[in-house]
Amino acid sequence: MRKEKGWKEIPEGGLIVEPGNAREYNTGSWRSSRPIRDEEKCTNCLICWIYCPDSSIIVKDNEIVEIDLEHCKGCGICATECPVKAIKMVPEGEAE
Amino acid sequence: MSNIQALTGDGSVANAMRQINPDVVAVYPITPQTEIAQEFASFVSDGLVDTELINVESEHSAMSACVGASASGARVMTATSANGLALMWEIVYIAASMRLPIVMPVVNRALSGPINIHCDHSDCMGARDSGWIQVHSENAQEAYDNTIQAVRIGEQEKVRLPVMVNLDGFILSHGMERVELLDDAEATKFIGELKTQYPLLDVDHPVTYGPLDLYDYYFEHKRQQVEAMENVLEVITSVGEEFGKLTGRKYGIMEKYKLDDAEVAAVALGSTNGTAQAAVDELREEGIRAGLLKLRVFRPFPVKEIVEALSNAKHVAIFDRSISFGGFGGPLFTEIRSAFLGNDKIPATANYIYGLGGRDINVEDIKTVYKNLTSGKSETVNYVNVRE
Repeated sequence: MRKEKGWKEIPEGGLIVEPGNAREYNTGSWRSSRPIRDEEKCTNCLICWIYCPDSSIIVKDNEIVEIDLEHCKGCGICATECPVKAIKMVPEGEAE
Repeated sequence: MSNIQALTGDGSVANAMRQINPDVVAVYPITPQTEIAQEFASFVSDGLVDTELINVESEHSAMSACVGASASGARVMTATSANGLALMWEIVYIAASMRLPIVMPVVNRALSGPINIHCDHSDCMGARDSGWIQVHSENAQEAYDNTIQAVRIGEQEKVRLPVMVNLDGFILSHGMERVELLDDAEATKFIGELKTQYPLLDVDHPVTYGPLDLYDYYFEHKRQQVEAMENVLEVITSVGEEFGKLTGRKYGIMEKYKLDDAEVAAVALGSTNGTAQAAVDELREEGIRAGLLKLRVFRPFPVKEIVEALSNAKHVAIFDRSISFGGFGGPLFTEIRSAFLGNDKIPATANYIYGLGGRDINVEDIKTVYKNLTSGKSETVNYVNVRE
């Protein structure tokens, strides 16, 4: 857990004074179900990569290497859009 | 070099705006503020200012335009009254929360309904918790002086808050008075340049205004606003002193009129103080030790200064030109009365609610209040000049 700052340490007015820091916000903690990808079924079409609103589908050399669970909110859009049904949403309590 | 003119309160404020020469002014007409916008628009048309004048479709849009322009790094003003202020409500809070030093003359008028265009303080009092600095003016001269000083006060680095300059509708806004304007060059020098902080138009340093701020940080940002308000009185005092050196008209948080040895005192905001001073003079001639505390700053509320100023009085009448339905008297009354709790000397206080919807109050009315205070004829909350 990040230590939350006091009122004297933060910019006034609720401003965010540096760009590119959404990464520091761990939206993964909001998730109630987790996307599990079946590597056998996945064709690496990357439709999930296009649709993911949190840029949580991590791709290297045109292949999905992992799902960024620090930022994935568990919205399930990837599972819905996957044309080969390679992603299923599993409730967090049941996921390993 | 000063320039003496015959001006209405609205005209004096429009001239202050001309000298401030804001980068952006958003305007929407509402009585009795309209003449400010109207006269300022003619300054724009005549090329006397460099201002981008935005004609908007409502006060909600006026304050929204001000927020956007101020965040972009501009010096920004608007002006409003009563229902106009009510319509911009949501954005009034946002302007203060984002720490944008917008200056807004508020020509005080009763809030509907029934619809009424005349003076009372129900408009500005409703905004007392919005995070804006609120100063009041006794006459057109003060409306001008306060508007010029408001820019300096709000923009101070340790403040950075928006400022409402209140002036009583019609009584001041449309009454013509002798007003001394600063020489234009002197005014420009006094006001100075806006020092921007995180302007949105600085594309090399991108910033985000107005992000979601939940239970983890919202409270810290509110605490910062409290701190900024706590810095305001000192800034108002130093700006008022500097203004005094320039013009001979020194300003502070309040003005004490024959108060030091007063047994009976009154407190009021705005133009009523002129009438009350005449009442005090007449009472003194009758041998009554009357005094007056003219409060210039309502937000931040100068607790310590008010208690000090009134501690020696035995009786204090607190005049409220607004009402808090279901509350325990008007807003000025409840705050002053509670300010005295814990003090060694506590004067007997009574509330006089008066002047709603522009109902006149004259010297005799105020003298009667002072006399009723000492003769035990006053209730805790009294209504001046309302028919039974």
